[in-house]
Amino acid sequence: MPVTWLVFIVLALALAGFVAGRVRIDSAAGAGRPHSLPNYYGWNIAIKVMVPAFLVLICWLIVQPFVVNGAVTARLGDNAVPDGSTIGLVMSDVRRVAEGLDAAVSQGLMGADQASDLRTEFTNVRDRLAEAGVALGSNVTPQVLGAAQTWRALNANGMLLMSVAVTALALAGLVWGYVQTTPDFRARNTVENALRIMLLAAASLAILTTIGIVFSLIGNTIKFFSLYPASEFFGSFTWSPSFGGGSELGIWPLLWGTLYISVIALTVAVPIGLFAAVYLSEYAGPRMRAWAKPMLEVLAGIPTIVYGLFALLTVGPLLLSVFGRDGLGWMQAGTAVMTAGLVMGIMLIPFVSSLSDDIINAVPQSLRDGSYGLGATKSETIKQVILPAALPGIVGAILLAASRAIGETMIVVLGAGAAARLSLNPFDAMTTVTAKIVSQLTGDADFASPEALVAFALGMTLFVMTLGLNVFALYIVRKYREQYE
Amino acid sequence: MTDATFSGDAPKASGLLEADARTRRRNASERRFRMYGLAAIGAGMFFLVVLLTAIVSNGIGAFQQTFIEVPVYLDPAKLDKNGGRDPAQLAKVSTFGYTPLIQTGLYQQVRDAGIETGYEDARDMKALISASAAAQVRDFAIANPDRIGDTVTFRILASSRVDGYLKGRVSRDSIAQDKNIDAGHLELVDALREDGALRKRFNWDFILGADASESRAEQAGLGVSMLGSLFMMLVVLFLALPIGVATSIYLEEFAPTNWMTDFIEVNISNLAAVPSIVFGILGLAVFIQFIHLPQSAPIVGGLTLTLMTLPTIVISTRAALKAVPPSIRDAALGVGASKMQSVFHHVLPLAMPGILTGTIIGLAQALGETAPLLLIGMVGYIATNYPDGVISGFLSPNSAMPAQIYEWAKRADPAYYERAWGGIIVLLVFLLIMNVIAVILRRKFERRW
Repeated sequence: MPVTWLVFIVLALALAGFVAGRVRIDSAAGAGRPHSLPNYYGWNIAIKVMVPAFLVLICWLIVQPFVVNGAVTARLGDNAVPDGSTIGLVMSDVRRVAEGLDAAVSQGLMGADQASDLRTEFTNVRDRLAEAGVALGSNVTPQVLGAAQTWRALNANGMLLMSVAVTALALAGLVWGYVQTTPDFRARNTVENALRIMLLAAASLAILTTIGIVFSLIGNTIKFFSLYPASEFFGSFTWSPSFGGGSELGIWPLLWGTLYISVIALTVAVPIGLFAAVYLSEYAGPRMRAWAKPMLEVLAGIPTIVYGLFALLTVGPLLLSVFGRDGLGWMQAGTAVMTAGLVMGIMLIPFVSSLSDDIINAVPQSLRDGSYGLGATKSETIKQVILPAALPGIVGAILLAASRAIGETMIVVLGAGAAARLSLNPFDAMTTVTAKIVSQLTGDADFASPEALVAFALGMTLFVMTLGLNVFALYIVRKYREQYE
Repeated sequence: MTDATFSGDAPKASGLLEADARTRRRNASERRFRMYGLAAIGAGMFFLVVLLTAIVSNGIGAFQQTFIEVPVYLDPAKLDKNGGRDPAQLAKVSTFGYTPLIQTGLYQQVRDAGIETGYEDARDMKALISASAAAQVRDFAIANPDRIGDTVTFRILASSRVDGYLKGRVSRDSIAQDKNIDAGHLELVDALREDGALRKRFNWDFILGADASESRAEQAGLGVSMLGSLFMMLVVLFLALPIGVATSIYLEEFAPTNWMTDFIEVNISNLAAVPSIVFGILGLAVFIQFIHLPQSAPIVGGLTLTLMTLPTIVISTRAALKAVPPSIRDAALGVGASKMQSVFHHVLPLAMPGILTGTIIGLAQALGETAPLLLIGMVGYIATNYPDGVISGFLSPNSAMPAQIYEWAKRADPAYYERAWGGIIVLLVFLLIMNVIAVILRRKFERRW
């Protein structure tokens, strides 16, 4: 693995540079007191060795596949693409053959020069690669084999160039830093400035992540809408994807399922969470608070897969025995909107309660004292003074919980069923946006069909919805906080 | 008019000892309100207890498995026709060659114990024995060629139906339609159990073993996916901790108040609220589609979870940095330290317990996260092989603990449900340990100023 070796070489050079810098500044001590502590001179060299070398290494690793891909595609030309195929499919064949040749060489089945001289006229490449454990779908055409060999050659050249460039850069950094190392050189300032830039770079990663999310969603969503009309996506009330084509991908059944489940979840979570928060902040003594609050928060720390399994295997069958065919006859199967909604409600209780608890605690004591002074009881104070004062914050908390409910995946994947339908019966199986993202994208590595790409459009919808809810909720909460500060 | 005289029903002056109707009503409403609060907390506790009871009562059985002790005659005529005991020759006999030996062994044992059965053929014993037994015996024979010709007692897995019968999941009614086993076999199981050859034992292979195919529930284990989770957590720890701490230091200590800083802050607080499945889409589009990292690999999972955990770590690290009083910074600056030195030599060490606590909690959250893993292909992969090195541990396909649990929950055989619950117990034990460490760290090292 040349990249690992390259990393070790750069690290070794950095260490050598660090030691060299220290030694040089220590031996130069006769020429007057150095500006900085010896370690800074060492670090100065180490940073100059590592930072440019690693940056180039990472960029090269990301860019090289694109360059090689473009070069090979250009060389293949249009006549290499058989009828009914696309250049993308041919290129994936090429890539597979190239990987197969690599595997064959690394297993010792072929010599390196043998692999690059292989001709389809003389060897059955498919059989040879099957020996190396790479199964190919069809026989290899001369063009594809030639392209694969070009691919390997370009990749090998690229790797070699990269190793040379990175090592040279590291050495150059070493020399530069070493020459700088004189007692007059302000090593500390240089190192601290570099460190500061690194801190800023780390902080910018949050922006990069957001950009990554937005671009990966937008790019594929646009691709989806070029294959499938947006008016159908937002206008149709049917969801029936079929990978053979002719599918109807209307978002409304999924949105309906998402909202229905979220409403049930909030109907469970909001009263329980809110009353718990009121009790904990206004009535409970410190001892009760000390154990009841963490106990409730355990519910928030349990992974959602656990809730999903709980819905599928415990709550579902339980509801079925009451509302199913043996009981009231409203329910067909254990997976239903009600199952998922109830369990999600349990999950959201601590979310509502701890947020509302913070907000109720932020209401100034003077408001309570004023109300007690007028003769109000505790519950009257809560109902008529504290809750109205805390209302905007509580609404914010509920909106945050709603955005959690909309984005929740595992509970609905396991507990809500898979059928997309518009129904009012809470004991019917329905499905949600998140569950469909999972089912359209799992096990499919090729994102060319609208049936797979629709997941990105759904993801975009979800992202916009939750982001909107969050921004709005945070705005309300912040505005409310300022009121009492 | 100086003397105001009341007419009509003015409120009657009430005594201190006797409450009037209105006061009683108000007090009753007060008590009612208080009861609602208590009931809400009670409901929360009740759900917690029900959840934990369901987990423990359904999952505890997965840690025990039914084993049968069978004396197997390693017949040289079948296993080593040439008599050379050459391991290469022995390896040519596939597991199909061993299955009859085990069945005969069990049949012989049943007859020696004097158990009455209606079965005339050794092949009828197939229903009791796990399909994995043949591989176990074969591995033994290849590793110990000199034992061929002896009768060796093996402890082999019973089939998942038999295991289910011992655990109460399978009954005589439920197997009426079952092709794999019939009531006579259950009689035999009862008899073997009295004989002592068949019993439940603690099953380390559930915790440490590999996943198995859909038809061999008795053999499936969590070990390989646990390693997958471990490698993912290593990626998260080594990326999210430094990047998160660097981000927080920048924002707390160095950031000027300008639009750039505001933009970063808004981004972080929004990322904390983005649904985890969206991070899965990001991982799929960027790491797999764009950079072409291998699908299902722990490094992709780790990178995706890193991005998801970063906001959590940043938020708790910033709180920890904020808790260090400014006097520490001022004192450091006062004796001539640079801003950078005051942060890295004084503020950061003091904030370290808080940072570590936040990191552990972030890791625990990442460990239990499933949704993003579904999209980057860590589900549906049957983790039957341990990775053969550190690099392949990061790069070769694997599962992860929550993904493995999800995979089991989807399989049709109810024997896998028990394993899914058992997997949850293991997962929760890990989360509990991490949280306890976090609490201890906080109690032990946190300083209040």
